[in-house]
Order: sequence, then structure tokens, then C-alpha cells
Amino acid sequence: MAQVKNRLNPFFENITFDREDNEMILNFGPQHPSAHGQLRLMLHLQQEQITKAHPDIGYLHRGMEKMAENMIYNEFMPTTDRMDYIASSSNNYGFALAVEKLVGLEVPRRAKVIRMMLLEINRLMSHLFWLATTALDIGAMTVFLFAFREREYLMDIIEGYCGARLTHAAIRIGGVPLDIQDSFITQLRVFLDKLPQNIKDYEDLLNTNRIWLMRMEEVGIVSTEMALSWGCTGPMLRASGVQWDIRKEEPYELYDEVEFNVPWSDKGDNFARYRIYMEEMRESAKILYQTITMYQKCVKDGQTELMAHSPKYISAPKLDIMTQNYSLMQHFVLVTQGMRPPVGEVYVATESPKGELGFYINSQGGPYPYRLKLRAPSFWHTGILTDLLPGHYIPDVVSIIGTTNIVFGEVDR
Amino acid sequence: MREYTPKDDVQKKAYYTDRFYVSPQVPKSPVESDEVFAADLAAIKAKFEVTDAYIQVEQMVVFIKPEDNFGVLELMKEELEYTQLSELSAIDWIAKENRFEIFYQMLSMNKRKRIRVKMFIENGQAVNSVEKLFRSADWSEREMFDMFGIEANGHPFMKRILMPYDWQGSPLLKTYPLQGDEFAAWYEVDKIYGKESRDIIGPEIRDTARVDRYDSQRFARLGHEVPKGTKITGNEPKNEQNYQEDGGVFMVKKFDKKDSVVIDDPQR
Repeated sequence: MAQVKNRLNPFFENITFDREDNEMILNFGPQHPSAHGQLRLMLHLQQEQITKAHPDIGYLHRGMEKMAENMIYNEFMPTTDRMDYIASSSNNYGFALAVEKLVGLEVPRRAKVIRMMLLEINRLMSHLFWLATTALDIGAMTVFLFAFREREYLMDIIEGYCGARLTHAAIRIGGVPLDIQDSFITQLRVFLDKLPQNIKDYEDLLNTNRIWLMRMEEVGIVSTEMALSWGCTGPMLRASGVQWDIRKEEPYELYDEVEFNVPWSDKGDNFARYRIYMEEMRESAKILYQTITMYQKCVKDGQTELMAHSPKYISAPKLDIMTQNYSLMQHFVLVTQGMRPPVGEVYVATESPKGELGFYINSQGGPYPYRLKLRAPSFWHTGILTDLLPGHYIPDVVSIIGTTNIVFGEVDR
Repeated sequence: MREYTPKDDVQKKAYYTDRFYVSPQVPKSPVESDEVFAADLAAIKAKFEVTDAYIQVEQMVVFIKPEDNFGVLELMKEELEYTQLSELSAIDWIAKENRFEIFYQMLSMNKRKRIRVKMFIENGQAVNSVEKLFRSADWSEREMFDMFGIEANGHPFMKRILMPYDWQGSPLLKTYPLQGDEFAAWYEVDKIYGKESRDIIGPEIRDTARVDRYDSQRFARLGHEVPKGTKITGNEPKNEQNYQEDGGVFMVKKFDKKDSVVIDDPQR
């Protein structure tokens, strides 16, 4: 094809020099490899120091809230995968829980245990990914390779369960679609037994590493007031002196039955966040060991139910659909027209690996939500860069973006 | 005569609803049933007018007057320990009542409670910005402005956040179609190549399921492929496509119980 002249000026559009006050405006992104996605930062610089930062987002905006208004509830589930695509089951779960609260469904215990397993595996995957990319940004290639190797094991386990590596759609409204495969627990045990040594390996490489400490210690300090005011949640908040974990404080699923600690720090700097991610991996492993025991108890007690029993909202088990006429009719209506939750609204927050993932659903009794608002933690963790970056130097920008752990599928939605 | 379709709400509608269907309600309980919420509501009522309040799905919902929003949130933050504004957005009721509903989702970590403060504003009315109280409102108010066109008075930087600055229209309004409007179809063409290239390039096609039978250059004839560049006149040569296995589909003619596997566990 012939070259078509376009109106975008490709040369030197990224840099402006202002001779008057010696201020430089630097455009960081939107295609910067260490911006963790499509983040564009406009940085005002005095020498190497940032005086003003202006994050510009929206490069991955797909209008998920608009899409949700035009989809039946079950149809929206795979779309939630595309929010935080590093830990997509957490998004599935947040949405499923919100609809279950709206409708008032009781999920069978075995499904709850499987959901918890998936959630914690996703948390581990997300934290390993965070460690890998942040370490790579700062230059630690070995840690990147190590952490990706471990993440690969987890993705294999997930792939065995639901067939997908990143976009799982592994959780349904009312339960889970499948029981875990036979090799699931064996594989998980192998992974979990090795994990403490693996985490120790990462820490041996990083904890006393001079370059790592220079970019982490006393850099990017978020005070408690600032974290609360900016709506920070998850590790960002816990690193700033607030011990708040929704799994502990407002327990959902069976998190009140398992034993785990909530690591926190009052330092607020990058290093505190790094330590919290590492500790949370250990806590997730602890939870996973307990869920294995809980699952085996479910098997022993003969609890085979995986989906809630609620014919008005949830399709009957496959056996009923194939054998009973009325179940088949209901299934047909639920698939073609969709469930119609009661009139009302609900806001449900869950602890995703990044922070508080909230789903606000306003239902007017129709098969489509009247309004659905996604409260994604990364949105505010990106916003805080406005106040966090000024005063820091160019090399710190990358490490600060790294430790905020933002994912742009979630920021832009 | 063509059936009338309302233009004020172009979102997808249920294509069939039983005439006698009455949708149930998510149960509401009175505020008095929870001590903490009752005390909070009393503190708000002492200073501000509350039009309605109830508890729904473990959270209190409080309706206030739109001019009080800054005062109520300040009271909640300073005195009632609701230290975080989790979320803030609007709901479009223009088609029904010509107004917006705005909600502020508040969280108290000390009390482990969540309150949703709500208010109604007229179409075209602005709200008071709460950015001075909660920095998180900086971005959420911008998002609300971007998506609904609701302005926040006193906001330091009232610009679009997700859509481009020079975008026209508010995407989350019920009047805005899912596929985008006329402006959206031409936005990138105009911006990158200029208006004069419209005839050459054509509008942006946002319907992913579109099939164009006259386009033999791209993938538009999915399932009805012809050699690339074929001129389609209406009598193009048919391309035989067989997706079945050689020798036809495998059919069980005689069921042999011995060689079959019986699945006992229905969940498998």
C-alpha cells in the first residue's frame, strides 16, 4: 500500500525545552516498558528533580461499565477478566459475590473452598508478577526469571483447572463450574513446599542488594493521611501504617475459619511495600495449606454440591437439565434472557491482590444491571502519583510506579 | 407504521418480560436495627436534613440535600471516623425523572462500617467538590464529569480523564449508544488524516460482528471466503467448504455397554 501522510508529527514531540526558567517537561510513556501498561506521565523537571507530575490515563479504556449495562449478568463475567488481568479470578470473584449478595444466594461449602484456593493462587501469581517486573525495572534480571518460573507453575495449575492461563473466568455466580482436577492438590503441594525456599532466594538476592536498597529505602514515602485521603487500599495502605485487610475485617467466604496474619508497616516507603508483598506470599501459602485440609474434609463428608440451589437465578446441575424438562426450560430462559435480580443496590468490596476491589450494582429488576460501577484499587494508586512523585528524582519514578503495583486494565477499565 | 423506540434510553432492553412479572425487592431494614448506624445517623440529622435512610445489604444508605454534600462528608470524616471515600459516581435517571443520583461510598476502618451517602441533582446542575476533604475525589469527580458531564464546583482541574480532552458527549449517559455516536465514528479519521479523507477511509466500524459481502480484501466475509481481491458482483463463485470429517460424522449405531464408561459422579 502507498504511504498515507498523516497529521501526527512524529519527531521530537516528546520533549519540550523551556529556556526561560530551565524547566523541562518530560513525557514518560504511554509506551514506556516500565510504566506497567499504558501510563503517560507528564513530568516537570528541574535538573533531575520532579517538580510536578501529571498522570494521564485512558489509553486502555474499553468502557466496561457501559458494556455491563448492555449485558446479562453471566455474560459480563468474562469481561471482568480483562480488568486486573494478572489475577483475573479475583475480579470474577468480586463480581460474583456482589451479584450473590444482591440476590441473596448461599454458596455450597465445597465451592467456597475451591474459590478460596483460586483466590489465593491468584494472589500469589499477582505478587510474583509484581516482584518479577519491579525487579526487572530496577535491573535485577535474575529475580525476574526466578519469579516468572514460579508463576508459570501456578499458571499450569490454573490452566489445568479452567483451561486458561490469564483470563480464567473460573468462577460463576452461585459457585464454581467444576470440581478441581485430580492432580490439583498434588501439584499445589509440590509448589507450596518449595515456595519458602524460593522466597528466601529472592530475598537473598534483594534484601542486601545495594542498588535495590538505593531505589527502595526512604523512597516514595506515603504518609498515613495521604494513603487514607487518596483511597489507597491493600499493600499500599498496609505499608503506610494501617493494618486493614478486608479478608480479616469484613470476612467473606471462609476467611474467618483460616488462620493468617496481616503484615503491615509504618514506614510507608518502597521497601516497606516490598516487604509486605513478600510476607503476603508466605501468608497466602499458609492459607492454601489450610484450604487443602478443608477441601479434603469436604470430600470426606460427601459435600459434592458446587453451585447454589436457586432455580430462579441459577441453572440446575447438568444432570437435571439433561433429564428433567422443567430444569431444561429454566436453563434455557436463564441463558437466553438472563437472571433478573431483585430491585435494589449493593456495594461489595473484596481484597484483591492490589487492594479493595468493589462492585457497585444498581438493579432495577431487569436482566441488565441499571448501573454498575467498578471500584478498582489501581485507579487511586495511579492518582496518588500526582502527589507522590514531586520531590523525587527521575530514577525513583520507575521504582515508585513499580511498588504501587498498578495494572492498566484496571485503571482504565 | 414502525414501532416507536424511545430515544432517551438506548441501552439494551429485555426483549420479553412476562406481563404478570413483579420483581422482588432487596430487603431494607430500619436504621434502628444497628446501634452504630443509628448513632451516626443521629449525628448527621442533628446538623443536616436527611430525606431518607435505611440499611440495605449490611450498609446504611442516607439521602441528603445536594447543597449539604461537603458539610455531611466533612462531619463524617472529622467526627464520625469515616476516613475513606472509597467511591463516588452518578446514576442517570434523566429518562425517568430528568435528574441524576450521586453516591458517595464511605468507609470507617475503626467501626468497620460502610455508609452510602446519596443525593439527587437536576440535569445540568453542578455539585460541590469534596476534593478538599478527600484527595481521591480529585480523580473520581473528573471521571464523573467525563462520563456524565456533571461538573464539580471548586475542583482544581475539571478535565476529562479517561476519554480524550477534545471528546464530545458523555459515554455513560443512557442516551449514548453502546457502539458510539456519529462523532465517535469519525473521531480518529478526522484527527489523524483530516476531514478531507473521510470519503477514502470511511467511518470507524465498531460492530465486531459485521459482515461485508463486498469486501474481499479483509476478513469481512468470514465463512464465505473468496480469493483475495475478487470483484463481487452478486454472482461470485461459490467456495465449497466442508467442515465435516471424511466419511461423514461418527454416529453410534449400536450401543455396546461393555466398552462404555459409566460416569457416576455427576459433577465430573
